[in-house]
Amino acid sequence: MPRNPGIKKVLVIGSGPIVIGQAAEFDYAGTQACHELKKEGIEVVLVNSNPATIMTDKNMADKIYIEPLTKKTVEKILEMEKPDSILPNLGGQTGLNIAMELYEDGFLESHGIKLLGTSPEGIKKAEDRQAFKDTMEEIGEPCVASKVVNTYEDAEEFAKSIGLPVIVRPAYTLGGTGGGICYTMEELEETAKSGLHLSRVHQVLIEKCISGWKEIEYEVMRDKNGSCITICNMENIDPVGVHTGDSIVVAPSQTLADKEYQMLRTSAIKIISALKIEGGCNVQFALNPNSFEYAVIEVNPRVSRSSALASKATGYPIAKVSSKIAIGYTLDEIKNEVTGKTYACFEPVLDYTIVKIPKWPFNKFLTASRQLGTQMKATGEVMAIAPSIEQALMKAIRSLEENVNSLELEKLKGLTNEEIRECLKQVDNERIFVIAEALRRGINVDAIHEITTIDKFFINKIQRIVRIEKRLKTEELTKELLTTAKKMGYPDKVIAVLCGKTENEIKNFRKENRIIANFKMVDTCAAEFDATTPYYYSSYDEENEADTKTDKKKILVLGSGPIRIGQGIEFDYCSVHCVWALKEKGYETIIVNNNPETVSTDFDIADKLYFEPLTAEDVENIVDAEKPYGAIVQFGGQTAIKLTKALTDMGVKILGTAEVDMDRAEDRELFDEALEKCGIPRPKGETVFTVDEGIKVANELKYPVLVRPSYVLGGQGMAIAYNDNEVRDFINEINKTEQEHPILVDKYMLGKELEVDAIFDGEDVLIPGIMEHLERAGIHSGDSISVYPTQHINIENQKTIIEYTKRIAKELNIIGVLNIQFIINRGNVYIIEVNPRSSRTVPYISKVTNLPVIDIATHVILGEKLKDMPYGTGVYKQSEYIAVKMPIFSFEKIKNADTSLGPEMKSTGEVLGVSKVFSEAILKAFIASGVNIPYKGNVLITVRDKDKIEMLPLAQKLDNLGFHIYATSGTAAFLNDNGVEAEVVQKIWEGENSILELIGSGKLSFIINTPTKGKHESRDGFKIRRLAVESKIPCFTALDTVEALYEALEKGTKEEDLTPVDIGMI
Amino acid sequence: MKGYLVLENGSIYEGERIGANKDVICEVVFNTSMTGYLEIFTDPSYAGQGVTMTYPLIGNYGLTREDQESKKPWVEAVFVHEIAEMESNFRSKMHILDFLKEYDVPGLEGMNTRKLTKELRNAGTMKGKLTSDISNIDEIIQEIKDFTISHLVESVSGEEKYTCGDGKTKIALFDFGAKQNIINSLLERDCEVTVFPQDTSYQEFLTGEFSGIVLSNGPGNPEDCEVAIQNIKKLYEEARIPILGICLGHQLMGLATGAKTYKLKYGHRGPNHPVKDLATGRVCITSQNHGYAIDDTSINPDIAEVSHININDGTVEGLRYIGHDIITVQYHPEACPGPEDSSYLFDEFLEKVRK
Repeated sequence: MPRNPGIKKVLVIGSGPIVIGQAAEFDYAGTQACHELKKEGIEVVLVNSNPATIMTDKNMADKIYIEPLTKKTVEKILEMEKPDSILPNLGGQTGLNIAMELYEDGFLESHGIKLLGTSPEGIKKAEDRQAFKDTMEEIGEPCVASKVVNTYEDAEEFAKSIGLPVIVRPAYTLGGTGGGICYTMEELEETAKSGLHLSRVHQVLIEKCISGWKEIEYEVMRDKNGSCITICNMENIDPVGVHTGDSIVVAPSQTLADKEYQMLRTSAIKIISALKIEGGCNVQFALNPNSFEYAVIEVNPRVSRSSALASKATGYPIAKVSSKIAIGYTLDEIKNEVTGKTYACFEPVLDYTIVKIPKWPFNKFLTASRQLGTQMKATGEVMAIAPSIEQALMKAIRSLEENVNSLELEKLKGLTNEEIRECLKQVDNERIFVIAEALRRGINVDAIHEITTIDKFFINKIQRIVRIEKRLKTEELTKELLTTAKKMGYPDKVIAVLCGKTENEIKNFRKENRIIANFKMVDTCAAEFDATTPYYYSSYDEENEADTKTDKKKILVLGSGPIRIGQGIEFDYCSVHCVWALKEKGYETIIVNNNPETVSTDFDIADKLYFEPLTAEDVENIVDAEKPYGAIVQFGGQTAIKLTKALTDMGVKILGTAEVDMDRAEDRELFDEALEKCGIPRPKGETVFTVDEGIKVANELKYPVLVRPSYVLGGQGMAIAYNDNEVRDFINEINKTEQEHPILVDKYMLGKELEVDAIFDGEDVLIPGIMEHLERAGIHSGDSISVYPTQHINIENQKTIIEYTKRIAKELNIIGVLNIQFIINRGNVYIIEVNPRSSRTVPYISKVTNLPVIDIATHVILGEKLKDMPYGTGVYKQSEYIAVKMPIFSFEKIKNADTSLGPEMKSTGEVLGVSKVFSEAILKAFIASGVNIPYKGNVLITVRDKDKIEMLPLAQKLDNLGFHIYATSGTAAFLNDNGVEAEVVQKIWEGENSILELIGSGKLSFIINTPTKGKHESRDGFKIRRLAVESKIPCFTALDTVEALYEALEKGTKEEDLTPVDIGMI
Repeated sequence: MKGYLVLENGSIYEGERIGANKDVICEVVFNTSMTGYLEIFTDPSYAGQGVTMTYPLIGNYGLTREDQESKKPWVEAVFVHEIAEMESNFRSKMHILDFLKEYDVPGLEGMNTRKLTKELRNAGTMKGKLTSDISNIDEIIQEIKDFTISHLVESVSGEEKYTCGDGKTKIALFDFGAKQNIINSLLERDCEVTVFPQDTSYQEFLTGEFSGIVLSNGPGNPEDCEVAIQNIKKLYEEARIPILGICLGHQLMGLATGAKTYKLKYGHRGPNHPVKDLATGRVCITSQNHGYAIDDTSINPDIAEVSHININDGTVEGLRYIGHDIITVQYHPEACPGPEDSSYLFDEFLEKVRK
């Protein structure tokens, strides 16, 4: 039965900003869906608040709304566009929730709009805890003993009846927000109460704790005929207790016999048949390691992070097939594009193994707890493919880019055996390294299994890796030993250290003995059928399957690895656009990346996909096989930039800005020289290595100063110091990890920050637009609200910015894109930073100016001139729309992370507000960011002394709007003295009626808290900010942000007054 | 110790010897199952064959005898990428290497199984020799070519009839190398199963004692089973009780009623074969293990109609016999290894039997 002809216009709902628990996987799914629908001749309307995505690109849909993902706004779009259907199951939990809200209140029915795919009843049965439990009971599938409760009293009663420990899972929240394991009644009280608060329906599940059971997932697909297939199953190395998004995962399952494998597979199929799922679905099981007893943990009636992983792990495009099923096709009508011979109705089989490791943001949050539990904390993940678990694990480890290339962690070396045993008990992000260290100390597999409950099979795999270390240290390096080490996934670098040779010696020895990486194809069928997918992974088995013959010139495009704070989905956007532009120009494109969530690792994007770690050695293997004409590194973020030198050394031509010039932008002294030559001022600064030097320089420059390491991403380790002690603290912190480059100490300048992305072709510059940061310098640009076009900058300054951009681009011999950060201090323009690469803002500026920045830059990189293109030079014509980019944080996911903003980036994603009116654009951005817009109510103000004067007019304005202000005694007195009414609230240490109680009471609309210096979590400010996050009360730590909020509130505009803007009309 | 697999076309694959230290000549096939190695090794349909496991990690979960599909392994040899050093599963009683040694099955580990699979896929199933000595390749190739493999059913079928279970429904199983789970699937459904050797006369099934007949799976070329085909022909003509044919049993019923079989280029061996039920349009993922198939052009439409086809290559997967209560399928509803999705066939069969 072909597709339903009644479907002519479909609304696709995206998943919004990148947050912990919802990352690039939904851009991958959404992009595939839009692509498939358009291919079928269906008119596609898209709504997604995330401007950094590929799915919000002009060519992805017929109408694109980068608008808040709220029911009100989506209703408005539905009324404007009148689609006949909604595709709800590809936009993560966000998309599904909105669709369900629209269905539940009858909006869809009254407007004659259908939900495609699984029926709302089916979704409800899967999503609603009680309905799900009842359904499972009906079909005889076991669930974990649990009860849905709406009050804490019921939670307590049930927990007592089944006994502790119990798990609390709030209903309808992302990545298990607010849940956790409770071992005591006190913990239960805290977690259950916060969970009830966070749940959209004020509902939590209290569940028997089955920690230690195996956690197994099945990705299943069903069509309307009832045909069911399983795409892939996966086994978590970390047993139940750690969120699957925070677990190291292997595929397929390794420790299940066929009897168990089929038992769970049958159960999964029974479940999706009962729920009448149409499309992809994920079923999670817990399996008792000592019996056939199992329990269904959860079903996601939509594509998910796991389905992206399963798609990349098997080559089976789950989102694409799901979309086809949604519009009426059946599985046996859809071709398997990998083989071109078989159909989508089959189950992939693997002849390799997959290891996924999460990427955690703990390096950004030094105060945060690294403990893993039911609340997901990872921002992204890496995947590795290899014929053995050992090799895949080692590849995945180095794909994380944590400066760790094997299972050895320096900091564990100094611990005693007893301490290591203690560490084994900690379920945190370093557990795998602790296990390796324990094995090195002779603690045996059984003992480790006893403590960690990790299956012995996996511990043995780690043991096999560790064993090679010892052999490399003690034995002579023979061809056999080296082959074994390579098959275990050891990079040359580590082998060299272990056997006391240089990396080059190892490489040469390897090449002499023909121990080289060969590439194998991911073909969905374990070689049973001839496949044509150009999707490869490396192995040390003989026979290279990569077809490297082509008449075209080959260009290597390096991806950006896992999603992390500071390097997110925007770089995937850039890589993908670069590939598309190159393909259009007739080049053969080769992409290298290791992030399973992204569009770039869809095998349909580039001519060839190498799913490999982004290290010099791994890339060199590809270069050896493919011998590309050149490589483009400027679109893959810092990950790709870091490989520039290695590529140059391999003899690969860097297309675009050359390696030496990139270095001139990154190396402080060379950069200063370049600026001086151009006559461009920058804040004074020096490079130092030691604390003493740092203090000396700081005193010369006069406080405050900015302290930071060179060559970093997202301002990592960057801080503003106000005195000698702080300089000492910060430099010591930076020097905890070995620094190849000096530390920078600069005069901290207060002022307006501006940002420019530009394209330079050697002669002319093209600037899409100047962006203004609403927060002043000192807050990382990625964490600032950014506005295009500028609202508060005079023409003179704008001219200077354009002039400086041209000069520095020319001086640095930029070919392609560059990103410059400026500061205006006392009317003068300074450059603070130049990034010789694409930046976070490129996707959004491209969309709001309608200038295909990456496309143009790619053409320039290939040698074309701007003056020969139709876009002109200089600043591109200003859009009549104003776009406000707002950062999104995931603070509620990371326990004890400090939420105050500073020079180190903390946001995980962003949203955009677009309107012709500035105040409306900013209001949209606030709504999209999830701030519950407070038109009146209570505000708590607690600011440091030096901010008091500046805060006064702001407080005055809030007072005028009718807000009731609370403040601590000092601030309150200051406000009252200056004619602003404020009620006194006690400081934390003052005891009763304190701030904490006020926050807990739920009376506050928002909080203004500017952080005092220092990073000590014991401070009151830290407690206030954490409690605010946990109570879901907006807490602004910069006065500029509040000023922006005021601009949004001032006119009293409401969400329903706003008009959604089709980006395509700009 | 190094060992080699020499194929009849001269290709040589190297590996480390595992299991029995003996040379064998066999038909080399591959199976794509990611679990169920023990079930595969002990499936009598693999008699005469050396099995290449495409999944690279074998032995991960050890083994337990209760998962065996017959009393012993029937594979001539096993070819694998890696054997797990440490097996782990709560039911495991034994490491796979000890099992192979105990039953004198040789094999190779550390082989490039993917390359071998691709070669078999492209060139078709071939014979090969597992040996440690390749000093005289020409001689080995000649030896392989001269080696014939035939009449395997006789070696795997039992010699005496026997009965298991004490369920209400009495079923006769014609054993051409039946997998244990065919018997178990019937026993679970309240049957008493009497297992008859492959050379049993059709009359024994028609004593009135049985209310249904199952024709089992088995190894080799179906055309070798001349005696059985004659007996099945008689069953087709005279039996008034339902018959279920599985795999070889399906092919033999076809041959007995005038259809032809042919050898597939490299067979279907794996857990992931999509089979469409033409009556409902539904697709089931099935477990398969066969090298031969019924030629759909040879089926007399007055005798049988195709009820199931393979989605991948359109081959015949099931026949419904017109005017008879006979259903035969090419795939394995008893699974083990593989998906259990088509186990409903036993229910349907028994429903007819009990009518």
